[in-house]
Amino acid sequence: MEPASRLDHNGQLTLQEFPYIIQWREDRCTRCGRCTAVCPQQAIEPAVFAQRLVHSDSVTPMPSTVRKVSHGIRQVNDIDRYCTGCGMCSLVCPNMAIAPHYNPHHKFLFHKNLGGTPYKRGGRRNDPSPSTLDKLKFTRISMLTDPALDAGRHEFYIRTLLGRIPSPDKLPLKATGKRLIVKDGHFVPPVREIFPIRIGSMSIGALSPHMWEGLAMGITYLNEVEGIPVVMCSGEGGMPLRLLRSRFLKYFIPQIASGYFGWDEIIHALPDMVEDPCAIEIKYGQGAKPGDGGLLMSYKVLKLIAGIRGVPMHIDLASPPTHQTKYSIEEAVAKMIQSMSMAWGFRVPVYPKISGTKTAQAVLNNLARNPYAAALCIDGEDGGTGAAYNVSMDKMGHPIASNIRDCYLDLVKQGKQNELPLIAAGGMGKAGNLAANAAAMIMLGASAVDIGKYIMQTAAGCLGDEYNRCNLCNTGKCPRGITTQNPRLYRRLDPDKVAERVVEVFKSAEIELKKIFAPMGRSTQLPIGMSDGLSVGDKAMAERLKIDYAC
Amino acid sequence: MCRLSAITSSTYFSPMENILALETMKEGHDGSGLGLVMKDLGGPFEDLKSYPILSGTCSNKGLDMLDDYMQQAGFRIKYNWEPKIKRTAGMEIEPRDHYFARAYQYPSPYEPKAQVEWERLLLETRMDLRRMGEKDNSLFVFSFYPDCLTLKEVGDPLQLSEFFGLDDLSLQAKVILAQGRQNTNYAIYLYACHPFFIQGYCTMTNGENTAFVPIREYLTSREFSGYTGYNSDSEVFAHILHFAHRQLKYPLTYYKDIITPLKDEEILDRPDGKALSLLKKSLRPLCIDGPNMVIGFVPDGTIFMLQDSKKLRPGVVGGAAGKYALMSEMCGLDRAVPQRDRPADIFPSKYDMVMVTPNAQEVHVWNQLHG
Repeated sequence: MEPASRLDHNGQLTLQEFPYIIQWREDRCTRCGRCTAVCPQQAIEPAVFAQRLVHSDSVTPMPSTVRKVSHGIRQVNDIDRYCTGCGMCSLVCPNMAIAPHYNPHHKFLFHKNLGGTPYKRGGRRNDPSPSTLDKLKFTRISMLTDPALDAGRHEFYIRTLLGRIPSPDKLPLKATGKRLIVKDGHFVPPVREIFPIRIGSMSIGALSPHMWEGLAMGITYLNEVEGIPVVMCSGEGGMPLRLLRSRFLKYFIPQIASGYFGWDEIIHALPDMVEDPCAIEIKYGQGAKPGDGGLLMSYKVLKLIAGIRGVPMHIDLASPPTHQTKYSIEEAVAKMIQSMSMAWGFRVPVYPKISGTKTAQAVLNNLARNPYAAALCIDGEDGGTGAAYNVSMDKMGHPIASNIRDCYLDLVKQGKQNELPLIAAGGMGKAGNLAANAAAMIMLGASAVDIGKYIMQTAAGCLGDEYNRCNLCNTGKCPRGITTQNPRLYRRLDPDKVAERVVEVFKSAEIELKKIFAPMGRSTQLPIGMSDGLSVGDKAMAERLKIDYAC
Repeated sequence: MCRLSAITSSTYFSPMENILALETMKEGHDGSGLGLVMKDLGGPFEDLKSYPILSGTCSNKGLDMLDDYMQQAGFRIKYNWEPKIKRTAGMEIEPRDHYFARAYQYPSPYEPKAQVEWERLLLETRMDLRRMGEKDNSLFVFSFYPDCLTLKEVGDPLQLSEFFGLDDLSLQAKVILAQGRQNTNYAIYLYACHPFFIQGYCTMTNGENTAFVPIREYLTSREFSGYTGYNSDSEVFAHILHFAHRQLKYPLTYYKDIITPLKDEEILDRPDGKALSLLKKSLRPLCIDGPNMVIGFVPDGTIFMLQDSKKLRPGVVGGAAGKYALMSEMCGLDRAVPQRDRPADIFPSKYDMVMVTPNAQEVHVWNQLHG
């Protein structure tokens, strides 16, 4: 009979409570120790096993037992050292002896609040079901009445406009004879022509220096060499001084958020700027954690980050949930837009970014009446983040599809659908279908879409997914070196390789967009609001989005 | 693909010329309808130039409704034209109770008013009548404007010409647009039939407008009551023309710059490039993204043809001073103006807008690249 003390494990968790369970094969393991060294969570550790082996050396069975001590790998059952399923152990294992497996019966969320601290993580909403965008189909196919175009040979205009576009009656034009001329002395808002898929706001700080540099090099190459005008938002936290003073600044959108990090440096660099930035984004909200502020943990605030952001090293950098100096929408939006516009002499489009919400139309209508508002970016619930409470990520926010659609149709009602571009973010390419998701959003009314997680996954092999895999961005332990400031981790990432992948991703997205638009007969203009091109096999969804139902 | 036949002449001619051109272009075509818009009218309307003409078709009930409405609005009939319907064996046309083109006298307060005032009255009246008739299809009204007449019906264009008695050549005009309908995309519905007319502007189109929905949404949000209907994706062409030329007061050639904009690098070389660049962005939703060929006229009698850059729809213009024809097929041009300098025929390129001046005096090819 076992002593009672051996059974008293009730205070501990079984591995069945954990989201990922390590499968380790003793017969393949060489005990090299790479897996335990690489595990960002220390979820596995070397272990000593006492084994009782029965064997017989005789020609007739003469069983005897031998006690043997062996060494191997054991998964710990400490909730703070849970296996995230990142799979780095498999990646480094020379013998395919170890791999994490998803456990659909886990009870992780029941236990991940030790010390009264709710679960915090990075990543995205843990909802692996197909997004609305992935359910939309392109069903208006040109064929005989309207011959389809050849995506390979035909000229396509896959560009969009970022900036306030005056209605024709507000243009300073006058007819002289048979020609129109521009009247002098009239302000014409700045407008940029860009690729309709942008890299959304991810800061230096949230991203490692290698990751951010890789993205920046990638988009610069796309602009300078490939002629694809992809732009990128800095995220909150400033930009390297060398970049601010370079001619490449025009491919970047500096973001100002509630912490104003990096803006002292940006403003001081103004006299040395040889180009205007593409635009300025004012962040009021983020889809992954609506109404929540940001926090860059002290261990990420190293010399480089502190320098760019203009803060001391090794302190937590908290961005408040709102811009503290503002108290109303007029203050928060109108004056910020005005101030930012003035800083660059009204030559740079300035627009706000908000999280997806039922109140987006209120913001929209405020912007529609503000002639200096250059766009509205809405970040839906499937947006990602470097750090947030799990409850914010999983349960807060608004799906992007209907949010953008409502806003677009609201603009249509006002006749301003071409005046204020809508930018959709959050969940683009969630299942890998970037071009299809982008095209669907455009046909619902967006002028452009932003990507974040998608580019991290495609360009740097981010391991996160909707099954809570990895999602360690907030810990500074990113095993890929994407969201960490630890040089030992981010040196795993080659910025040149990231840049190469960025270029490949956008070139391929452009081809895929052509493959969508060509059979639909659209080539001369981006089909913004071409909702008759879309259908969905869900009647409620069709009704809500005001598109066709097809089955 | 619809067959399009437009003729402009310095002398009055019968729409039979357009219809016979349509007939020669008919091969491979189902001929499921006919639309005719005539401008600068001769025959019985020659002396009625200043009176607005309401064109349409209706049932007996619709006629009562029409008479009641017009009487209450203060319009008095000056002249009523109804075709003498001829029906012969083999004719596959379902006749309606009435086809009409009525010249009205304005309600007395309007007669001395400015053009913009009476144009608004005529448009609002037509829209009211359209709304009333749409409920039960008892009344269709196609145009209500001075010196313009519209006829539309389902059936073979040549049979329809006989049905309407156009072959007696009494009905005449100096500008006539005719469309032989190819029914492919929409149910046969009179309001889906080209040419479309609004306040002196008229267009008919070949091809399919893939950008129809965003354009429709843009036009309907202009707060102009005439921008409605859209039973055909081609109706937007007439309304864009009206919007650009009448509402925005842009010179006519900018119609092409709006619906088929140049690329940015091409705009740089235009003398008006700066204005064009602003205009392209501002009117971005009105880019048609064809393939389409458009024939139309504006109130001064200028008639034009243009195409989008895909140029998958043919078009040809030919003739001589005094008579020009704009056709979707070469054989139609041969039928309409057989005696002409054939080498001078114009096959517009994607950059061209071919315009024939009023009274068919001259033809100009305006090149978009040079402005």
